[in-house]
Amino acid sequence: MSAHREVLPAAPPRTAFGKLVACETRLAWREPIGLVFGLAIPVVLLVIFGAIPSARVHQAELGGLTVVAVYAPILIAFCIGMLAFFSLPRALVTYRELGILRRLSTTPLPPSWVLAAQLVINFVLAAWALVILVVVGAAAFGAAAPKSPAGFALAFLLSVAALYAMGLWVAAVARGVTAANAMGSALFFPLMFFAGLWYPQELMPAALRHIGQLTPLGASVQALQSASQGAFPPIGSLLVLAAYGVVFALLAVRSFRWE
Amino acid sequence: MDRRASTKESRRASHAKAGGEAGPALVVEHLRKTYPGTVAVDDVSFTVEGGEIFGILGPNGAGKTTTVECAIGLQTPDSGTIRVMGFDPHVDRAQVHAIVGAQLQASALHPKLRVVEILDLYRSFYRDPADVGELLDALGLREKRSAFYKSLSGGQKQRLSLALALVGRPKIAILDEMTTGLDPQARRDTWELIEGVRDRGVTVVLVTHYMDEAERLCDRVALIDRGRVVAIDSPAALAERAGGGKRVRFVPSAPFDDRLLTGLPEVTGLERLGRRVLVKGTRDLVSAVILTLATAGVTANEVDVQSATLEDAFVKLTGRHLHEGDEVAAG
Repeated sequence: MSAHREVLPAAPPRTAFGKLVACETRLAWREPIGLVFGLAIPVVLLVIFGAIPSARVHQAELGGLTVVAVYAPILIAFCIGMLAFFSLPRALVTYRELGILRRLSTTPLPPSWVLAAQLVINFVLAAWALVILVVVGAAAFGAAAPKSPAGFALAFLLSVAALYAMGLWVAAVARGVTAANAMGSALFFPLMFFAGLWYPQELMPAALRHIGQLTPLGASVQALQSASQGAFPPIGSLLVLAAYGVVFALLAVRSFRWE
Repeated sequence: MDRRASTKESRRASHAKAGGEAGPALVVEHLRKTYPGTVAVDDVSFTVEGGEIFGILGPNGAGKTTTVECAIGLQTPDSGTIRVMGFDPHVDRAQVHAIVGAQLQASALHPKLRVVEILDLYRSFYRDPADVGELLDALGLREKRSAFYKSLSGGQKQRLSLALALVGRPKIAILDEMTTGLDPQARRDTWELIEGVRDRGVTVVLVTHYMDEAERLCDRVALIDRGRVVAIDSPAALAERAGGGKRVRFVPSAPFDDRLLTGLPEVTGLERLGRRVLVKGTRDLVSAVILTLATAGVTANEVDVQSATLEDAFVKLTGRHLHEGDEVAAG
């Protein structure tokens, strides 16, 4: 039986990945949920905050920062969280629910490429959000550009890694789109509280703030905030982000189902 | 019917001669697959030769779909062996997926992608893919090329799904209920397409519960019932096994002695129904009866020929009808 086994190049051509990302990009425009929630809402929030004159005044209780300067990193974390908890799992769970993953799994395309394409498109969206928020914040509302660009980039990348791993885990365990949305909301809103969306970390009681710094979005905001101010992000918050990334990536890989 | 069978055989023979790929295309041995509470596939074995159209025919829930899903590596068998051109679908998954084009039930495509975008995407997964334009023409999807998947009718979705099974120029095409949801004209068009695919040397495994489809297309058919293979043979041979094979009814122009016909090797029985005569027999019954009567100076008028069908074969072999329990969800 093994007589006519021939060694074929079974893996798909590398161009397949480009096509996959191109299709995901088209879908991102055609079903702009990621664009709206991940990009438009944070930018609109920044514009609203920036339009309030008092938000541009340095305030002693915020450690001498303006409200805009405090909120810029929070809104970046908001974007990452939105994309991680809504856009990413929604796409994957929909594909599973409709049988798209099942259809793809009968082709030579490695299933991991589908996940990778989702991560790429959502990473690109997060990067756009970052650029827009930094540029709009700096140009229109006087929020200084990050003073430690390397630290800022590192904080951003680790934040994306941690939260996207959590998003993949949601996609892995949620039974359907409704469940995925419910899980996403249950994670996103409490975590955004610790990130300081409603109440900046600077104003939180010490105990709450310490708890917050152990949450992924809290650690993310802390790291982004320090880097904006010119300090290298605290190692503690970077470690917290890395730990979430590793743990949830492992959980996601272990529990991911294609059907 | 007989003419078609013979052309099929000669075609198959020519493929066998021309076939560069020695060995069978698909071997399934003692496949068994259970789900909690049910035995989907009990014990299924068959061999599909290169270049043939092999039918897997049986009622819903017989285990047809589970069998082909195991063959493409979507399901893991409890026991048994499967080889796709020598490859084990669970070990050499990628190799098998590069060789096999599959059309499966319960699978869908991105609702917001256009037909041509989906074809172009799937085309990029293969090393030596087919031409998208040719496939669009062959499946009558040319004018729908820019339509979103979600706007397609059921039949159009089915045809696109078939196009995707063929876009990688597979050596084996596994098609699960490919004409379900198609109108009669589209079904006949699809049949022609499949014959064209086979004529290009592709082995086709066709899962169906339509007998006309199996009779028209398949070189050989495996009848499957309750997770077991009941019989494997050509549609004509299976029909013959159903007993009787052919039945001829006619009105003789003049009286004749029954023994004139009952003495023929092709004849298995004779009845007189008033002025009509009913003769039962095997494959070449009709010509034998008419020729013998003619030599005795008798003309057969109002000749009515009935052939046993796959349906008869199925009923005979299992005691059940193919479409029994169709309302019950497929397994």
